[in-house]
Amino acid sequence: MKRVYVKEEWCLGCHLCEYNCAFANSNERDMVSALKGKPWVSAVQIEESADVCFAVACRHCKEPLCVTACITGALTKAEDGSVRIDRDKCVGCHSCIMMCPYGAVVMDGNHVANKCQLCLTNKFGQPKCVEGCPNGAIVYEER
Amino acid sequence: MAIQYNNPLFEVVRNYDRCINCRVCERQCANGVHYFDEKAGKMLSDETKCVDCQRCVCLCPTHALKIIPNPNSFRKNNNWKQSLLCEIYKQAESGGILTSSMGNPEEFPIYFDKILINASQVTNPSIDPLREPMETKVYLGSRPQGVQKDASGKIICDLPVHLWLNMPIMFSAMSYGSISYNAHKAMAMASKKLGIFYNTGEGGLHEDFYPYGANTIVQVASGRFGVHQGYLDAAAAIEIKIGQGAKPGIGGHLPGEKIVGDIAKTRMIPEGKEVVSPAPHHDIYSIEDLRQLVLSLKEATAYTKPVIVKIAAVHNVAAIASGIARSGADIIAIDGYRGGTGAAPTRTRDNVGIPIELALAAVDSRLRDEGIRDNVGLVVAGSVRSSADIVKAICLGADACYIGSAALIAMGCHLCRTCHTGNCNWGIATQKPELVKRLNPEIAAERLYNLVTAWNHEIQEMMGGMGINSIESMRGNRLMLRGVGLNGKELEILGIKHAGE
Amino acid sequence: MRYVLIGNSIACVGAVEGIRANDKEGRITIVGKEKYPVYSRPLISYYLQGKVKERNLFYKTEAFYKDNGCEAMLGTEALSIDASRKTVKLSDGSVVPYDKLLVATGSSPFVPPMNGLEKVAIKHTFYTLDDARALQESVNQNSKVLIIGCGLIGLKCAECLKDLVNKITMVDFAEKILPACLDGKASGMVKLNLEENGIEVLLGTSVKEFEANSATLTNGKEVDFDAVVLAVGVRPNVSLVKDAGGAVGRGIVVDERMRTSLADVYAAGDCVENTDCVFGGCRVLALFPSAFTGGRVAGINMSGGNAANGMDFAVNSTKLFGQSIMTAGCMSGEQLETESTGYKALFVQDNKLKGYIIIDDIERAGIYTALIRNGTDLSTVDFEMLQRKPGLLAFDKEVRQSILGGEV
Repeated sequence: MKRVYVKEEWCLGCHLCEYNCAFANSNERDMVSALKGKPWVSAVQIEESADVCFAVACRHCKEPLCVTACITGALTKAEDGSVRIDRDKCVGCHSCIMMCPYGAVVMDGNHVANKCQLCLTNKFGQPKCVEGCPNGAIVYEER
Repeated sequence: MAIQYNNPLFEVVRNYDRCINCRVCERQCANGVHYFDEKAGKMLSDETKCVDCQRCVCLCPTHALKIIPNPNSFRKNNNWKQSLLCEIYKQAESGGILTSSMGNPEEFPIYFDKILINASQVTNPSIDPLREPMETKVYLGSRPQGVQKDASGKIICDLPVHLWLNMPIMFSAMSYGSISYNAHKAMAMASKKLGIFYNTGEGGLHEDFYPYGANTIVQVASGRFGVHQGYLDAAAAIEIKIGQGAKPGIGGHLPGEKIVGDIAKTRMIPEGKEVVSPAPHHDIYSIEDLRQLVLSLKEATAYTKPVIVKIAAVHNVAAIASGIARSGADIIAIDGYRGGTGAAPTRTRDNVGIPIELALAAVDSRLRDEGIRDNVGLVVAGSVRSSADIVKAICLGADACYIGSAALIAMGCHLCRTCHTGNCNWGIATQKPELVKRLNPEIAAERLYNLVTAWNHEIQEMMGGMGINSIESMRGNRLMLRGVGLNGKELEILGIKHAGE
Repeated sequence: MRYVLIGNSIACVGAVEGIRANDKEGRITIVGKEKYPVYSRPLISYYLQGKVKERNLFYKTEAFYKDNGCEAMLGTEALSIDASRKTVKLSDGSVVPYDKLLVATGSSPFVPPMNGLEKVAIKHTFYTLDDARALQESVNQNSKVLIIGCGLIGLKCAECLKDLVNKITMVDFAEKILPACLDGKASGMVKLNLEENGIEVLLGTSVKEFEANSATLTNGKEVDFDAVVLAVGVRPNVSLVKDAGGAVGRGIVVDERMRTSLADVYAAGDCVENTDCVFGGCRVLALFPSAFTGGRVAGINMSGGNAANGMDFAVNSTKLFGQSIMTAGCMSGEQLETESTGYKALFVQDNKLKGYIIIDDIERAGIYTALIRNGTDLSTVDFEMLQRKPGLLAFDKEVRQSILGGEV
């Protein structure tokens, strides 16, 4: 399956991926109305130190541990291989956070788990973080 | 200094209705213009540091930023322009030479913009390049002087050493050191894919780029930096750099802090030690001396590689070119006064040298008059800005053009002309690792490839319009050009008629 | 191939997915004691709170059984296994033959003998959906509820009853809340939070004697109640296998491939005892992820595949009155308490992370869990950085590259 892959040598730590992610999953028409003056959460997160930075998002594991631990059935492995979340079902028990080896599940302000769904479920259809990355540090491809 | 004589050149205009405090501008500005004010809860700017490189504007995800010239103005004076006053203030403060980067931005005539290209109507019908073959492949080097036959009467087909270019475009000499590793890599990658050449400049060839040797022209300049047998052997051609359009007659100075790591190694100079690239080659005081170096380089590479001699376009360029054409060199490169640079004294950059269009026409005419035009290939540089400039240059007599600034612009350069600060926000004219990584060579190479491919299509369109289907038939075809708004002397030098004639 | 799965909960779902990964054709019969399609037991407290709508109780969509070609015999109990004839006798009188059998019978609340318990009119366990509904019907805004047991079930019960009843008292014989998982400090934080939410928590004591509406504790205190919830613990349902002659310890004994000692009989879920790879010994883990994974491993092996369940250990995460409680592994070795917005204690032994206790500061804690699971040598990571904040920065570039640049 096509996944989001990270090339840390090209990551600038600009954090645009985070903003694009939050916008893409906001259902708003533009980024200003999506993010200005509102709390928001991104399913991709930049980790950075003085000399290294990179983006981390759900790896859509072959055998996702988060899915095995989800007590509500909100997390599922879809036919296409992506790991999806039905946020309506989530009760905020954090089991997925406890299980994800990569720290790729985050909680939003309403205590609902949030994770990358590759923008397959929003109007963009493919990862907005990749489209918005100014330096090709995140790519969406088959490997 | 308590009095601020020089005010910010630019103003940062931030649309607070659009700004989402994402701080991307802050993270992307190596000059430290933008900052987040926790107390005010909003982004603010220190405009004194802004160089108008447009990085923040390009990356702002909500298009909340504009950089505009500071409208603050001194009392109008057509003689004492504001910029002159500012420069005097600066020098009164520093006591130093003014330094600038990239090409001469002053208001001298741009002859390319006063030349128009012909097209066929009715007779000698135009050609549709989408339907018919259109040859833009270029042979660069000395041409055979006549037909030669062997003892059995068969024609000898051996050509003198030369370069084949898929299109009449090459990337100009820009040294590793003046531009980044990634910028170099991008040019190397693009050249290979395009079937053209890039030029190392005088900074040597990084060992990683030897695999691109077949598309590399290596430079031998007055400092001989990075020159060794392997370097010469790796290349497709060798260029002796006598002068550079941006700063004819002067050398270069590299501060010690820039001579670090791979740059020192590639240049074969001690780390941290300042170096001077001498103004002249101290072993070249005549054409005969030049001939010695040309032949030495040929000897060193077993006469397998063409040698280029690059000079700045100066007043007696035609006579010098005539000498070079007799020196054994295969190709002459002429660099006009608008050519770019990583750093040059401002006064030199803006006042020394002559326009490339006039230099080219003069050289081509002179070599033809002397019957030695075919001894050499002719490459021009020094602000070739578009495919139209290339077509005009070829009609004026060039075989091919070097593009430098245009290539940098394709990679993201916005001509802020502060390369000399080493803080290039686009990752091009810098050696700071955190800035260098901003230029992903994969992306940059693709953009270069796209640019040159697009220009080649445009060249084909213009050639077709003239009813010409081969670059060879366009070269030196000055009948295809007309001048507008040029005086008799200018037209005479350019060797073209005025529009309407 | 005919598969029979006894039990209709999470291990069963795992098994169905495991079987169908290899065998799209085989017949699957699911025997479920409860009448509901598979639902998530941990959700019953959320259901009573109104945080989970009824439709969201169900772990899978209605189409799950049909889509996977399963015959679901719900409201039917398996009475016995005849391992030699390979049949299962059901409560409806039928006898179902199997080629491969999965026993996923789960566990049942354990009610210890207590003096006078028979005098209590309203007493509940809090384990199934029916338990939850019955409890809800028997209490009102004026009720006083006594919960025996400060384990997860008792705690979640207290949370969901908080707005439904007048007063809640919790009693546990242990000195700590969640004694198997929390240390004294974490337990204290949880206790404080419970008390701030109006729950009376009495630790280190137990009921000496029940009366109809009150209980006398061993510490002499008297507690009035209208209803009692018994949440002392659960016991694995092992009898089916035990009676059929299978090996049983505290739970059903299984190997790495989830095979019982009976041929072609597998077991998974709360009814089995697993090897805890951190703890080292065999124990009943009775955890949601263990049930799912165990069921899946069983399903794969039942259908001819080859899978092993070697990486099991205790993990727990819940949110209680707005407080996140997360624990993993065991509390052995050196305890490192790190600066935290809540509470964070990491347990290190032989230069490996063995366990953790985190209150509230749970962001990206799965990275710790992975260190435990993988038995990562802590000298290969920047553990100081990890202690402060879990992140992939603490790993070698190559490790990170394999995670972020490859398929995992």
